[in-house]
Amino acid sequence: MRDTFVQVSYLVASILFILGLKGLSRADTAVRGVNFAAFGMLLAIVGTLTQQQIVDYRWIALGLAVGAVIGVPLGTRVPMTAMPQRIAIALTFGATAATLVGVAEYHDHADTFALGQRIAVGLEVVLGALTVGGSLIAFGKLQEVLPSRPLTYRGQNAVNFVLLGVVVLVLGAVVARVGGMPLFYALIALAFLAGISLVLPIGGADMPVVVALLNSYSGLASAATGFAISNNVLLVSGALDGASGFLLSMLMSKAMNRSFTNVLFGAFGSEAGAAAAVGAGTDLVAVPISAEDAAVQLAYASNVVVVPGYGMAVAQAQHQVRELAELIEKRGGEVRYAIHPVAGRMPGHMNVLLAEANIPYDKLYDMDEINGDLSRADVALVIGANDVVNPAARTDPTSPIYGMPILNVDEAKSVIVLKRGMSVGFAGIDNMLFYQPRTRMLFGDAKASLIKLVTEIKSL
Amino acid sequence: MNLTILMQAYVFVLAGFVGFLVIARVPPLLHTPLMSATSAISGISLVGSLVAAGGGRSLVSTILGTIAVTTATINVVGGFIITRRMLGMFKRSDRNERDARKTGPPAA
Repeated sequence: MRDTFVQVSYLVASILFILGLKGLSRADTAVRGVNFAAFGMLLAIVGTLTQQQIVDYRWIALGLAVGAVIGVPLGTRVPMTAMPQRIAIALTFGATAATLVGVAEYHDHADTFALGQRIAVGLEVVLGALTVGGSLIAFGKLQEVLPSRPLTYRGQNAVNFVLLGVVVLVLGAVVARVGGMPLFYALIALAFLAGISLVLPIGGADMPVVVALLNSYSGLASAATGFAISNNVLLVSGALDGASGFLLSMLMSKAMNRSFTNVLFGAFGSEAGAAAAVGAGTDLVAVPISAEDAAVQLAYASNVVVVPGYGMAVAQAQHQVRELAELIEKRGGEVRYAIHPVAGRMPGHMNVLLAEANIPYDKLYDMDEINGDLSRADVALVIGANDVVNPAARTDPTSPIYGMPILNVDEAKSVIVLKRGMSVGFAGIDNMLFYQPRTRMLFGDAKASLIKLVTEIKSL
Repeated sequence: MNLTILMQAYVFVLAGFVGFLVIARVPPLLHTPLMSATSAISGISLVGSLVAAGGGRSLVSTILGTIAVTTATINVVGGFIITRRMLGMFKRSDRNERDARKTGPPAA
């Protein structure tokens, strides 16, 4: 009877998780979806607590209490700009739990485990420890505790391949019951090291792919736990997490014009100096514009498209952007936002930052939604974005970003670029957009420039 | 035993397919809330952690299980709170005529 209740609670929880993710397909059903998922979680926990296997509740109560005390501020206090590192540390916690459960299972049941279970526990701790190591480094880079540039050395790829090879060999030995507990612990240590070693050479700009991929690994570690302890709700949610992370990392690498293997083994930004500069050495001149003139242009435009880049988020200028947009709208203009998939530090990050600044989500347009319409824009206002608006991606087959999907800002009737100086973007290449006859450059800190624009428009 | 594994494989593979289909329909607008929600759901390892912590099997299992319960609870509690908080920020503009026509006038 009790067992039936547990299994039914898992079944309902699995359904609620799926319905929850389905709710996330639309902004107006998303909150309900998350409520479904949270209720499913509660149900699964209550179901588990009624299991006959559980004989002592003291340690459980301690863990739940400490976890809740740490979890609440991590939910209520973390600012939205810190979401990427917040997700990275969540992956660390989740993968730690999966790994430790695997160790506990193996420690208690290694002698009675069948072959299938040994494979499952082995994969669980390998994927878990790999995720812990990798997500700790990703967290360090995103939080800028570690340098966010790629950390590389000669023969790095060879070292990583050998390390992964050794992990696979040791995993095989553990499954074959060679070496006992010491080798099992060595396997965990090796996988942890491999996680660190694989993420170290990846630059800050590539983090969206890495975080999504680690999300996938941590999901697969949960699923492996499900195989090891015959638990269906773990199988289902692990498969959902795995699918989600995998899909997102595919989307992100596509948006960055990179293959998976290139992100993982390419150390992109490290060769920035070698790339050819288009503007340097030629007689191309970027034309500057004063804040006054830019303000006039914006104030009398009827169709404005704002293109926010990570530079805007770094300058914390979202609120100034909204203020400027509201002024333009008050004067009868329409303002829309064109969001490139990798505009932030994680999938969809820019949308959250703009939503936080009270910009309505129906004004946020995905690249595919707005690209056909950019030629209608009177002014495209590019704020701290560079590579994602570089027309070389369409026109110059020799460019390292050739083929990358970009926002076709160069098709707009006029372009104003807010930029600190003429420095290059992550890809280390010059941007022909800046030298177009229809483009004007408003140099300076993004936030300061926006404040000037707002003041100027107000005084018109 | 082999049959059990096979049944589990069924569940895993089918859930993976459902996951792909459902998640492919999540718009880029909501990709960050999606990752945040899946990280909260990944706290489901709590289910395994509870059994390890409270099963009274061995000292190792109790200690590791308790740590696992803690970290998984952090993800569940923190993850759902921050996802809700984030989604609360997504607001529709009130003077959007196109959508007003679509959904009809607000009930007074």
